[in-house]
Amino acid sequence: MATETLTLGKALNTGLRRALENDPKVVIMGEDVGKLGGVFRITDGLQKDFGENRVIDTPLAESGIIGTAVGLAIRGYRPVCEIQFDGFVYPAYDQIVSQVAKMHYRSRGKVKLPIVIRIPFGGGIGAVEHHSESPEAYFAHTAGLKVVSCASPQDAYWMIQQAIASDDPIVFMEPKRRYWEKGPVELDAPLTGAYPLHSARVVRPGSDATVLAYGPMVRTALDAATAAAEDGRDLEVIDLRSLSPLDLGVVYESVRRTGRCVVVHEAPSNLGLGAEVAARITEECFYSLESPVLRVTGFDTPYPAARLEEEYLPDLDRVLDAVDRAFGW
Amino acid sequence: MAKGDRGTTTRGRQTTARPRGPKAAGGNEPELVQLLTPEGERVEKVTGPDGTEYTVDFTDEEYRGLYRDLVIVRKLDAEATALQRQGELGIWASLLGQEAAQVGSGRALRPQDMAFPTYREHGVLYCRGIDPIMPLGLFRGVDQGGWDPNEFKFNMYTIVIGAQTLHATGYAMGVTMDGKTGGDDGEAVIAYFGDGATSQGDVNEAFVWAGVFNAPMVFFCQNNQYAISEPLERQTRIPLYQRAAGFGFPGIRVDGNDVLATYAVTRAALDSARHGQGPTLIEAYTYRMGAHTTSDDPTRYRIASEVEAWQAKDPIARVRAFIEKQQIADADFFAEIDEQARREAVDLRERVLAMPDPQPDTLFDHVYPNGSPLLDAQRDQFSRYLESFEGSAH
Repeated sequence: MATETLTLGKALNTGLRRALENDPKVVIMGEDVGKLGGVFRITDGLQKDFGENRVIDTPLAESGIIGTAVGLAIRGYRPVCEIQFDGFVYPAYDQIVSQVAKMHYRSRGKVKLPIVIRIPFGGGIGAVEHHSESPEAYFAHTAGLKVVSCASPQDAYWMIQQAIASDDPIVFMEPKRRYWEKGPVELDAPLTGAYPLHSARVVRPGSDATVLAYGPMVRTALDAATAAAEDGRDLEVIDLRSLSPLDLGVVYESVRRTGRCVVVHEAPSNLGLGAEVAARITEECFYSLESPVLRVTGFDTPYPAARLEEEYLPDLDRVLDAVDRAFGW
Repeated sequence: MAKGDRGTTTRGRQTTARPRGPKAAGGNEPELVQLLTPEGERVEKVTGPDGTEYTVDFTDEEYRGLYRDLVIVRKLDAEATALQRQGELGIWASLLGQEAAQVGSGRALRPQDMAFPTYREHGVLYCRGIDPIMPLGLFRGVDQGGWDPNEFKFNMYTIVIGAQTLHATGYAMGVTMDGKTGGDDGEAVIAYFGDGATSQGDVNEAFVWAGVFNAPMVFFCQNNQYAISEPLERQTRIPLYQRAAGFGFPGIRVDGNDVLATYAVTRAALDSARHGQGPTLIEAYTYRMGAHTTSDDPTRYRIASEVEAWQAKDPIARVRAFIEKQQIADADFFAEIDEQARREAVDLRERVLAMPDPQPDTLFDHVYPNGSPLLDAQRDQFSRYLESFEGSAH
C-alpha cells in the first residue's frame, strides 16, 4: 500500500482528483478554482486535467454557486462547491439552509442532493476581516445538513472522497491554517475500507482527562497533551471529525474513564459545538464526572484584527489552564 | 365610497409617477406581443424587436383545447379557494387572472423540457399532464409538496422567492454539459417567477449565470403587478423585460392575458434555448385578479377601478369570443367544458377531503438519505413517550 507524505492541502487536492476520476458526475465549482487552482490551490491542476465542464470557474456569487449546484444535483450531478473563505458563505446561507438542507425532506426522499460545500475555516493566518471565521455551528444547527471537519492529511484525503460519495449534503470544514502541515497518507486503499466519515476517533490515548477538538484545534490539543505529559498528566485527545451528527459514543466511554472533559474550538463559546457536547456528556456521564465539562473557545466577539488573533484563539496554554481547572474543581 | 375605492388618488399602472430620474428607454409604455385582443380579434402576426415573427397556427381542435385548459384551470383554482374558505386547506395561492400566462407557456413546453415553478403555477402543472391533486397536500398541510421533479419534468413548488431560478439555471447548465442542446429534440428549461422576485439577488444571479454559461433556458416572469401589496413601481424603474439587455440576452414583453401570444413567444424562446441560442427573459404582463393568497386582503392596497379595467382584459372571455366569432364550437361545447370542469372540481374536492393526516413518527422520515443516529435516538424516545399514553384517557 502506497503511503506518501503530503500536506493537508495536497491531500485534499489528491482526494478531489480521485473523486473526479472515479465518477464522471462529480463537478467542482467555485470562484477561482480553475486556472488559479483556488486561492489555497486545493483544486490546483484539476481544470487542466478534467476540463472546464468538470472544474467550473463560477461568477462571483456564492448564492449562485450553491443554487446552481442544487439544479445540477437534481439533474444527477454531484457538485463539490468551494466557498473561498468562511466569512463569504453567508450570501449562500439561504440556499444552503432553505434548499440544500430541506429538499430531501420536502420531497419525502425523492430528491437527493449529494452536494459537498467546502469551506476553509478558522483563523491563525493573519488575515483581514471575514477570512478567519468558524461558522460551523450555523450548519450543525440545521437539520438536513451533515457537517464534518478534517484535521490531518490522512483524514483530508479520505474524508473528502467519502463526503463526495455520500448522498447526504455535507458541509466540509477545512482547517485552513493546517493546509501546509504534512503527514502520511495511505493513497491506494479502497474507499469502503476507510475509517467511517461520521465517527469520532481517539488520536492520543490517555487516562487522566479527555480533550475534545476538531479541525485546526486537534493539533493544538495534541500539543497540549504533549506538554501535560511533561507535568505527569496523561490526556486523551479525541478528534470529533463529524460535527453533525456528533459521534459521542467514544467520548462517553472516554469521559467515564477519565471523569474530566475539556472541549476546544475556535468558534465562540455561546451556543457553539462545545455547549451541545457538554450538555450531552452531562446527560450520559453524570455520575462519572469529577468536574463540569469545560470549554476553551474563541471569545464572543467578532473575529478580531490579525494582531489580536493570538489572544482570541485557544492555544496550548489555555487548554492546559482548563485542564488545571478541571483537576482543581 | 365603494369598498376598495380609497379616495381620489390615481394609482393606475400607466400613470403612476416614477421616482425622479430618467424615463425608461423609449419613453412610453412598451408594446407587448398580442395575438388575440381582449375583444377576441385575432392578430395575424407580430414582429418582435429582433425580427422574430410571432404567430400561431392552431387547428380548431387546438383552439378548443386551449379554451378547455383555461376553463378547467380556473375552475380548479376556484375550488381550491373554496376549500380554503371552508377550512380544508390551510392557505391557497390563487392564479385567478393568470390562466393564459400559465396555459400558454405550459402548452408551449415540449415533453423533454423541465419547469421550475413558484407556488402559484397550478396551471402549468395541469398542462404538464400532472394530477392537480399533487400540490394540494402542501396547502392542506399533510405534506410539503414533495414529488419527484424528474418524473414529472416539473420541480417541486418553491416558496422562497426566486430561489428556484438558480436551480433552473444549474439544471440548464447540466443540459448543456450533457450535450442535450442543438437540435429540435434538445432540452430547454423554464423558470417561473413574479415581478417581486426580480428584486431578489438570486434572480439577478441567475440572469448572470444563465448569460455567461449560455444556459438553455427561459426566464418566465409573470408580472401580475403586485408583490403581495407592493406595486411594480416599488420593484423597478424600467419595464422588467428590459432588464435582460443588461445581462446580455433578449427580453420580450407579451400580453400575459393572451394565451395565443404567450404560447407563441414561449415556444419561440424555448426553441431558441434548445438550439443552443441561450436564455430569454419573457415578461408576461398580466394581473392577479384575486388576493396574493387567501390570507391577503387586496382591497387595502388597490382600487376597484383598476381591477375592473383588468376584468375587461379577461384571458378566458377573449378566447370564447374568438371561438364564437369563428364558429369553431357551438353552445354544446361550452356547456360540455363547464360540465367537465365541474366534475373535475368535485373529484378534486373529494380527494382533498380524503387525504389522510400523516402519522406522528413520519416527521422523522427523510431528513437524510443516509439517516442519522441522533434522529434515530429522538424517534425512539418520542415513540416511547407516545406509548406511555397508551391505555390512559388523554
